[in-house]
Parts: sequence; structure tokens; C-alpha cells
Amino acid sequence: MTPPTGITRASLWKDLRLEWRSKDAINSMLFFSLLVVVVFSFSFDPNAEESRAIAGGLIWVAFLFAAVVALNQTWAREIRNQVLDAYRVSPAPANSLFLAKAIGNFIFVSVLETLMTPLFVLFYQLRPLGPAWQLLLVAALGTWALVVNGTFFAAMSLRTRSREIMLPLLLFPISIPALLAMVQATTNILTGEGARVWIALLLSYDLVFTSACLLLFEIVLNAE
Amino acid sequence: MKKAFPIFGVLTALLLSYALYQALVVAPTEQTMGDVQRIFYYHVPSAWTAFILFTINLIASLVYLATRKPAADIMALVSAEVGVVFCSIVLVTGPIWARPVWGIWWTWDMRLTSTLVLWLIYVSYLVLRRFSSGGETPLLAAALAIFGALCVPFVYFSIWFFRTQHPQPVIGGGGSIDPRMLHVLLINWLAFSCFAFLICWSRYRLEEIQREVEAAHATQSLTTPGSAR
Repeated sequence: MTPPTGITRASLWKDLRLEWRSKDAINSMLFFSLLVVVVFSFSFDPNAEESRAIAGGLIWVAFLFAAVVALNQTWAREIRNQVLDAYRVSPAPANSLFLAKAIGNFIFVSVLETLMTPLFVLFYQLRPLGPAWQLLLVAALGTWALVVNGTFFAAMSLRTRSREIMLPLLLFPISIPALLAMVQATTNILTGEGARVWIALLLSYDLVFTSACLLLFEIVLNAE
Repeated sequence: MKKAFPIFGVLTALLLSYALYQALVVAPTEQTMGDVQRIFYYHVPSAWTAFILFTINLIASLVYLATRKPAADIMALVSAEVGVVFCSIVLVTGPIWARPVWGIWWTWDMRLTSTLVLWLIYVSYLVLRRFSSGGETPLLAAALAIFGALCVPFVYFSIWFFRTQHPQPVIGGGGSIDPRMLHVLLINWLAFSCFAFLICWSRYRLEEIQREVEAAHATQSLTTPGSAR
């Protein structure tokens, strides 16, 4: 029998390959990301000094919207082709599917972030006064926090009315501590203050909620 | 309902009246804030009651996940609903108190922000229950309740680290409270708890009966010939 990691890898490769061939979601989200950055630039047009103070918040709100758009279509393909039912019936552990989806979403949203960040730096003339490598760490931890909970709640929303709006309604309240940490960490790095506590908070948030998702996903998958 | 309910209802009404009298008349007037401070006797017990109800929600959700007993699920639903009501009271009485005392309706300090986030989390729980269709709603809701409970320490720590502007708490904190005020506070808390218990009890029975009716309808449409569509 295939080991769980093998299943995760196989599911992940399937998703990545499908997306690479059709480029459905990535194209729409790329354009969406660009639009978001442009709209923010019109809405908040400060000079270089002020922009450093608020850029952390702006960037993460943009990433949050991009993540929600990405997460909403996570399970859509599975529902369309009854893959979810097939998966329930198979002996494969539910966790493997969850991890595959979460990692796939993480890669997805990270690609979007990589494309949006230079635009933000350009439009807002950002230059981090603190260690820039920490920004990568914050981006990784923060994105994982959004994506792991988002994948879980997207699966929960499958059997609800108003599926698309349910995801942000469930995700946003739970993500507030992580959002606060992400924004504060980014702002602090940009302005040259310490971000260590926020990074530690993000790390512990990630650990706690990844464990919770892995433990409880079986229930959500098998919900009728 | 059983005879106990109306008797308990009358007792609770009497206790609430007594607590109101204590709060508005008997309690000493606060030195700096004056009579406005009396809203404290509604604000704080509501908060404590809401926290207790949310804890009950967590316990009921865990029990449901472990045993799948419908009673646990109903208890989770009821405690969340009544808890959200009491939390709303906290969020409304807070600004009413803050405006004359601090001059602002709202501020993003630790206590207010964390209560707001708590309220948001449990409202999202109720939204899931309302919008979810199908027999597995209790399981999904229980999972969400656990997520919400796990989130609470993070909420408190993150906001505490972010900012502190709220005056020192009068119980279990730096500030102190006049023993007469403490006495009135505890009486009000008792009254509110009894009231919460009463509401939960009647809501529990309501939910039980509703489920029985739905089950009866389902059975009827299955067994009666020609009535199934």
C-alpha cells in the first residue's frame, strides 16, 4: 500500500500538473492581484515615509484577498468529478489529501505573493530598514497560517449554502491573531524595529492550527 | 414544561429585581465617574456569563465529538447562542459606559478588541450552523468550536502584546474594589447566571422539540403511501 507521504505527493503533483496545463486559476488570480495592487495605490497614496508604516497592512490585506480567491476554488475540481466520494471510499488517510491541498494552495498563493511584492515595492518605494530575510520568514509563516485554516474551512463550506461567502466568514475571525502578527511583523521589519515576538507567535499559531486541522480533517471529509 | 421552570422563573425575576435595586440604589456612588459607573454591574456580569457559556460550548463540542450524543450538540448550540447574546450586551454597554467616562465610543485596546474578536468567532459559529445543510452540521460545528477555543489564547496574547489602554481590572488585577461594590457585583452575577440558565433551559427544550417534530415529519413522509414526493 502506498505510504501516506506517497499519497500526498501524488495528490499534490496531480493538482500542480492540472493547473499547469489549464492555467485557469493562476491567470485569473494574477490579474486579480495586479488589480488589487493598483486599487490600493489609488486609495492610499502616501509619501515614502508614511508608506513604510502602513505598507505591512496593505500588503497583507492584498494577500488575504488573493488567498481567499485561491482557496474558494480548492475543492471545486474534486466536487465536479466526484473525486471526493472516491477518496472517502478509498483506504487513503484523509490527512494526506488535506496536506496535498494545503501545500498546493501554499505554492499557489506564494507564487501570487512573489508576483505582487515587486509591484508593491515599486509603487510604494519600499526599502526594509530591518533584516530583509525575516520578511521571507514572515511571508512563509503567514501564508501557511492563512492557507492551512483556509483549506480546512473551504472543505467545511462545501455543504453550506452560499459556499463562497462562508469561507471568509469562517476564516477571518479565526485568523485575526495571525493577521495581527503578520502585519505587525512586516511593519516592524520595514521600519527597523524588532519582530521576533510576532514571528514566534506566528510559528506557534501555525503549529497549533496545523495539528488541529490534521486531527479534525477526517471528520470534515466524511461529513455527508 | 415541568413545574420547576415557572418556579425558577419567578425566583429569577425576583433575584433580578433585587440585583437591579442593589445596583441602582444601594451600591455606593463611584468617586470619579459618578452614577454612570453603575453600568459596571451589568457590563461585568454579562462578560463573565458570556465566558462561562463559551466554555460550556467548548466542553459540549468535545463531548459531542467523543460520544456523538445529540444532547451534547444541542447544549453546544444553546450555549453559543446565549453566549453571543451576553457578549453583545458587553459590547453595547461598554461603549455606553465609555462615552461619558473616556469621551470616546470605542478604542482598540486589549479588553475591547479581544471581546470583539471573541464575539466574531462565535457569530461565525452560529452562521455555520445556520447555513449548513445536511445531517453532519453538528460535527462540523463541533470542529469549528474547537478551532475557536484554540484561537482564544492567541487572541488574548496577540492583542495584549499589541496594545494596552484599558484601566486596571477591578477583580484579579492591579485595581481594587470597595467591598460593598463587590457584594453588589456578585449579586448581579448570580442574577445574570440564573437568567442565562433559564434562557438556556427553555432554548434547549425548544430545540429538542423541534428535532422531534422534524424527525416525525421525516418518518411520516417515508411511511405514509403517496405522501412522499
